[in-house]
Amino acid sequence: MNYLIAIPEIFILSMACIILLADAFFGRGRSGMAYGLSLVTLLLTLGFIVFFSPMITETAFHGLFVSDRLSELLKLFIVGVSFMVLVYSREYLAERNLFKGEFYVLVLLAVLGMMIMASAPNFLSMYLGLELLSLSQYAMVAMRRDSGVSAEAAMKFFVLGAIASGMLLYGMSLIYGVTGSLDLSTIHDVVAYSQPDKVVLVFALVFIVAGIAFKLGAAPFHMWAPDVYEGAPTAMTLFIGTAPKIAGFALAFRLLIDGLEGLVASWQQMLIILAVFSIGLGNVVAIAQTNIKRMLAYSGIAHMGYMVLGLIAGTADGYAASLFYTLVYAIMAAGAFGFILLHSRQGFESDQLDDMKGLARLNPWFGLVMLVLMFSMAGVPPFIGFWSKWFVLKEIIAAGYVWLAAIAVFFAIVGAFVYLRIIRLIYFDRAEEEVTAEASGELKLVLSLNGLVVLLLGIMPSFLLGVCLAVFH
Amino acid sequence: MTETGTMGLPYDLIIFYLFASIVVCASGMVIVARNPVHAVLFLVLTFFACAGLWILLEAEFLAITLVLVYVGAVMVLFLFVIMMLDINLAVMKEGFVRYLGIGTVIAVAMLGLMTAVLGPEHFGIDQVPAPARHGPDYSNTEALGRVLYTDYVYAFEIAAVILLVAIIAAILLGLRKPRNRKLQDAGTQAMVRKEDRLRIVKMDAEKGGHS
Amino acid sequence: MMAPLQMWLSGWLPEPLPLILIILIKIVAIVLPVLGCVAYLTFAERKIIGYIQMRIGPNRVGPRGWLQPIADALKLLAKEIILPTRASKILYLIGPIVTLGPALAAWAVIPFDDLRVLADINAGLLYILALTSLAVYGILIAGWSSNSKYAFLSCMRASAQTISYEIAMGFALVGVLVAAGSLNLREIVHAQQGGFLNWFWLPLLPLFVIYFISGVAETNRAPFDVAEGESEIVAGFHVEYSGMAFALFFLAEYANMILISTLTSIMFLGGWYSPFQGMGPLDEMTAWVPGMVWLILKTAFFLFLFLWFRATFPRYRYDQIMRLGWKIFIPITIVWILVIGGMVVFEIPPWFDA
Repeated sequence: MNYLIAIPEIFILSMACIILLADAFFGRGRSGMAYGLSLVTLLLTLGFIVFFSPMITETAFHGLFVSDRLSELLKLFIVGVSFMVLVYSREYLAERNLFKGEFYVLVLLAVLGMMIMASAPNFLSMYLGLELLSLSQYAMVAMRRDSGVSAEAAMKFFVLGAIASGMLLYGMSLIYGVTGSLDLSTIHDVVAYSQPDKVVLVFALVFIVAGIAFKLGAAPFHMWAPDVYEGAPTAMTLFIGTAPKIAGFALAFRLLIDGLEGLVASWQQMLIILAVFSIGLGNVVAIAQTNIKRMLAYSGIAHMGYMVLGLIAGTADGYAASLFYTLVYAIMAAGAFGFILLHSRQGFESDQLDDMKGLARLNPWFGLVMLVLMFSMAGVPPFIGFWSKWFVLKEIIAAGYVWLAAIAVFFAIVGAFVYLRIIRLIYFDRAEEEVTAEASGELKLVLSLNGLVVLLLGIMPSFLLGVCLAVFH
Repeated sequence: MTETGTMGLPYDLIIFYLFASIVVCASGMVIVARNPVHAVLFLVLTFFACAGLWILLEAEFLAITLVLVYVGAVMVLFLFVIMMLDINLAVMKEGFVRYLGIGTVIAVAMLGLMTAVLGPEHFGIDQVPAPARHGPDYSNTEALGRVLYTDYVYAFEIAAVILLVAIIAAILLGLRKPRNRKLQDAGTQAMVRKEDRLRIVKMDAEKGGHS
Repeated sequence: MMAPLQMWLSGWLPEPLPLILIILIKIVAIVLPVLGCVAYLTFAERKIIGYIQMRIGPNRVGPRGWLQPIADALKLLAKEIILPTRASKILYLIGPIVTLGPALAAWAVIPFDDLRVLADINAGLLYILALTSLAVYGILIAGWSSNSKYAFLSCMRASAQTISYEIAMGFALVGVLVAAGSLNLREIVHAQQGGFLNWFWLPLLPLFVIYFISGVAETNRAPFDVAEGESEIVAGFHVEYSGMAFALFFLAEYANMILISTLTSIMFLGGWYSPFQGMGPLDEMTAWVPGMVWLILKTAFFLFLFLWFRATFPRYRYDQIMRLGWKIFIPITIVWILVIGGMVVFEIPPWFDA
């Protein structure tokens, strides 16, 4: 029994409790303390993940926890992206009286939930990790409690999220009923080698795929995303729109491939529907949006559609492409939201498309960063977004779904309009009022780094892709 | 599985069907009841009958905990809130007729699908054999405790963290700074001594006073 | 004692009936004395509080007022039961029954001595907890269905209070369970064998005090009687009730008092064991006293405390009740459970050395 491999989780939980207590007892008038401690916690967690990495697949806690290459990589990105989220959102929160210790505790616990999901070899730990993540998210969205929009968003998120969790749980219980196990590898073997009740399994699969699709925000289970993205305070939207997508990949991969690979023919069909709907609807509806957060929500739906394509391929390379896509998307989305937060200030959300006008002139450097991010999201070569789409499409064509690739490419071109329009607004339109962005140094630094990373990854995609491939080989 | 008495009556089956019919009827009434308070009370009855069914399964710990936690605490708070709400039944029923048609179609489709998939040929008594009965000294509480704190301690801890998040969220969203509340500090109240409050003045009865 | 009766009954009755009859007889044998105790507890209350307040108390009906409870019962039986017009009829009538039911059902697992217990179940402590937590439903239903502002206010107060104190009470019982290593009430008493220093009141002193005070709060007795606060909300949840319906609430309240006192004696004061166990001559001198008598004496002591509290303390204010429950009792119980856990692990004598 090796508890050391769970040190990152144990550490983050202990720190969350310490920060909660420290904030309750000494937090008055020292609101920066929780923030600083959380950043230190996340950095140390990153270190622990690397340091206590077992290098091989190893389980702990009676098979409820697994540490393998996939979980290591996912955790590194989850923690890293969450670190960026915290840095980006500090000033925004401070200006809106939301700069509270509880927010940081909730973020840390949500990160814990995602890490649990990343290394869950069992239905039980997967579900509990998911609930931990979801509950923290609901609370975060509702945090701005004097705002009716936020309350509505939180309510929708909560009710729909609860239904989705219920569906997932129902599917899991049916699978347990058929296979007699909650352990994913046991389920994998039972499904693959003995003859379980196929009808019930497929019925259960429908519920599981629906639950996964909801948590990923893939159409037709996407209804919550635009409202929640728009209604939540931008700092919370930033969090919801980035790291949980990585956890969502863990959810999809562990359940569908680790557990139910034997049903690949069945879930492929379901995922194809999800992918086509998401890619089509996300890209087209994004065009009609005037609110940039809503637009990014639809863009997120489309991107999740592309991510699912890699899973449909059903090969190790396909999964690697899908993982690559998720990680890249999380970084790009974090940067895009960071750009919104950079320009928001007291009493001004900067979340309308018109608010973007002429920002490049006021702030040439960050205009450039946004340019890189938007080109990347649109999938313009040689930026990283192009490569992530390229790999996914390559795998899907290799798997023989040429028509699916054609649809994906077509809607990618349609969707490019959305991102190019933002670039046009930033570069070629004139601002209505000339206000320079006053943001903290750390936000500027991390956002610049974020842009540089996207640029560098675009020039040298093979490094990250190599890591992703190594996970599955 | 069934124990039969000398008269050939399968007692546990009789008890099962008694509780099962209560569960079905009461949960139906939860949906149908016009008054929300009645609906909650029917839900309480449903929980009760479920607890009875669980006892039949030798899960006495779970059964009693169901009554203790759900009936004794959760539903009381639920009732507490429902009673205080001023629910306008007319508004609640507004969309009823409009959605009745599509709702019925979906419900019937779901019912058909579920009977097809979950029916006796998939989850019947021959597919899922009944667990063996335990002896009289078998303690379900002990058995649960053993696995909960060994095999499933990880899941147990995560569940605890989820509850922690719920507490944080509830306080975060519910706590409002008091507007002008007058509060005593019970500590100082208890620490007070006679000398702080009472001054005994010695007065000469005859000289003092104004009479 | 019951075995020959059962033999005789099986002679001429078909199979399940003798068992059912025996159980019914046992139930009656428990419930009737309890109800008798309730009647005379009301009498004792009026007398004791009378003496505390330098009055005589009831002394007119029968010799020295001994027939007073009977007269009260007759009066209540003869009174008209009024159904308020706008009340929710069925719930209004169910209310008193739901209140009394759990108060009596909890007696099923109480061991009166080593052999005399109706249902010797494994999870006895949990069963008790579950049933005492149900008592609040009667109050809630009665208060709501009466369709009266005072009754409604009272049931709101009562439910919040009961829920709060149930937590502290539950934690106190967790301490007992850890100390005894069993949920069975008979086993819990067995674990306290050997003189009054071996009883759990000593190692579990904070839990003992908290359990009893929470018990007072659970039964809505003074000084925690905000649910009835006659000076604020007339009489609270049963203000609309009259006659026998009202009497049922009364019965339930006193039956609950007796129950809490008995439970406190069982869990912290060694149940039916003599306090002089293992004390040489004293033990021998009192060896003839049956166990049940000790239990009754201990119970009587706590019942006296109930009455004493009522005569002594002013009523708590609502926020003070909440503060006491949440900020004081719950933290203390949690800390003490840890302490008890440590004591059990390190087998501290004389209680936990196996």
